[in-house]
Amino acid sequence: MTTTVSAAAMATDPSAGGAGAGRGAAGRSVARSVLPPVVLGVAFLLVWQLAVVAFDIKPYLLPSPTDIVGQIVIVFPLLWSSLLATGLNALIGLVLGGVLAVVLALLASRVTIFDRMIVPIVAAVAVVPIVALAPILNTMFGSTSDTPRRVVVLIVVFAPIFINTLRGLRQVRPVHRDLMRAYAASNWQLTRTVTLPGAVPFIFTGLRIAAPLGVISAIVAEYFGGLQNGLGSRITSAAANSAYPRAWAYVFGAIILGLVFYGVTLLLERLASRRRA
Amino acid sequence: MTDTARTTTPAPSEVLPAISVRAAGKIFTVAKGAEVQALTGIDLTVAPGEFVSLIGPSGCGKSTLLRLIADLDSATSGEILVFGKTARQARLDQEYGIAFQSAGLLPWRSVQANIELPLELHGVGKAERAARAEELIELVGLTDFRSRFPDQLSGGMQQRVAIARSLAERPKLLLMDEPFGALDEMTRERMQQELVRICSETGAAVVFVTHSIPEAVFLSDRVVVMSPRPGRIVDIVSVDLGAGTSRSDSLRENPAFFAGVTAVREALHGSPVAPLGADLR
Ligand SMILES: Nc1ncnc2c1ncn2[C@@H]1O[C@H](COP(=O)(O)OP(=O)(O)OP(=O)(O)O)[C@@H](O)[C@H]1O
Ligand SMILES: [Mg+2]
Repeated sequence: MTTTVSAAAMATDPSAGGAGAGRGAAGRSVARSVLPPVVLGVAFLLVWQLAVVAFDIKPYLLPSPTDIVGQIVIVFPLLWSSLLATGLNALIGLVLGGVLAVVLALLASRVTIFDRMIVPIVAAVAVVPIVALAPILNTMFGSTSDTPRRVVVLIVVFAPIFINTLRGLRQVRPVHRDLMRAYAASNWQLTRTVTLPGAVPFIFTGLRIAAPLGVISAIVAEYFGGLQNGLGSRITSAAANSAYPRAWAYVFGAIILGLVFYGVTLLLERLASRRRA
Repeated sequence: MTDTARTTTPAPSEVLPAISVRAAGKIFTVAKGAEVQALTGIDLTVAPGEFVSLIGPSGCGKSTLLRLIADLDSATSGEILVFGKTARQARLDQEYGIAFQSAGLLPWRSVQANIELPLELHGVGKAERAARAEELIELVGLTDFRSRFPDQLSGGMQQRVAIARSLAERPKLLLMDEPFGALDEMTRERMQQELVRICSETGAAVVFVTHSIPEAVFLSDRVVVMSPRPGRIVDIVSVDLGAGTSRSDSLRENPAFFAGVTAVREALHGSPVAPLGADLR
């Protein structure tokens, strides 16, 4: 995985060839990776629109794309503020959960007893159903706070990041271990110069899995009462009022939010691997 | 030819030896309590500035012996002193530099940062580190590659970086485990030449593990021939080809070189062998 990425980075390294040529190639490769999904998406929307019109499908079953776009325009200010509210919950939960996961994985990789203690706990955390957790947290933290939602996100993103990071931390090559021992390096020096940098690609793999999950759980957590400020609350209230195109407009917002989170983690991963090679 | 004292080597009483191994043995305990006798009764003294190669069939304990000297493993019996200290103390005092068969570079560090690694770990300041790395990069001929990353280098270049790294702290002892094992014959001969030059310039003692007889003879003052099950030293062949600086490619055509190769082969095979055997490696 690392090799492919760094090979790509090499290919576009401005010092390797002409800077202009490199940028042109990068532009072309972006076009090649962006164009097919866009074409597919447009075709899909067309078929959807035609089907709704042709078969006279009722809006409560499936509204047409043009209806949804109309609703997006109408509710845009509210859509935007809900998107920000849910996005902030997801972001805070993701960052806190990520930091906690990396720190605990570091501990588990260093302290055997701690490793034995935490692995079953992580397995348990990984299967906690948000549906059960969200109402309980609402009661715990009070339903006028965003905290329960952030905690839900934290719990959901923790396991994938922890498991991947720990796997990365255990990948230290014996030759590197020998080398650091020969240098009489301390445990902390080993972690800082070898173990942690080696685990970076694994941390990003975990993050890439966790980011969309975090957005989904931030939305789902809003289904169980509490503040009415996010995408999840808007979707449920629109659906409860039989305003189906409006509900779909908020679903569209949720998709955008998920894609933004995924895209940003992908971008960060690219940046991190470009720094290496 | 066998075990004749080198005229240039001072008597052990005059100078503290770089390495002194006395009756060392190593037993590995493997799964289900089974034991592997990797080394037994090893006696070896390496003088300061001396180049000693370890050669022998696979599994005879060459790497194990090197790891004992480096204190990467500990001996189960006997005594190992490095510059008069225990192997452990010598490691803690950073008395040796080491290079392995795989270069073992950190892929997320540039050539320069890889060479600076030991200096960085031991608290050498940034400017001094950069200056030392510069010298070493020049020494191993990688001036144009200092900011490249390991996966942008050929295997031979990576190995040169690893050698530069092992020299970073000007060790008086170098431990090398088949550092040229993965290289093609041409690169290998060039690297051998560079190593001989570097060592005679720095005056470091070297313990060099190899599978190649010509390589051992070309590089060494003495070639230690080992045999497996249990791993032990069967013979020590002295090679008298002159000081490192005078060793050049033409030496490989020299009768003394061939005599050395033959002597090591005979020691390895345990009996005289036909001088024109096809396999010189
Ligand atoms: N960590 C270990 N655990 C158990 N046995 C080991 C270990 N390391 C080495 N051995 C055994 O010790 C013996 C010597 O191994 P060693 O690696 O020193 O051989 P070598 O001479 O370096 O071989 P090669 O030329 O193939 O590198 C072998 O029989 C090997 O199986
Ligand atoms: Mg070996």
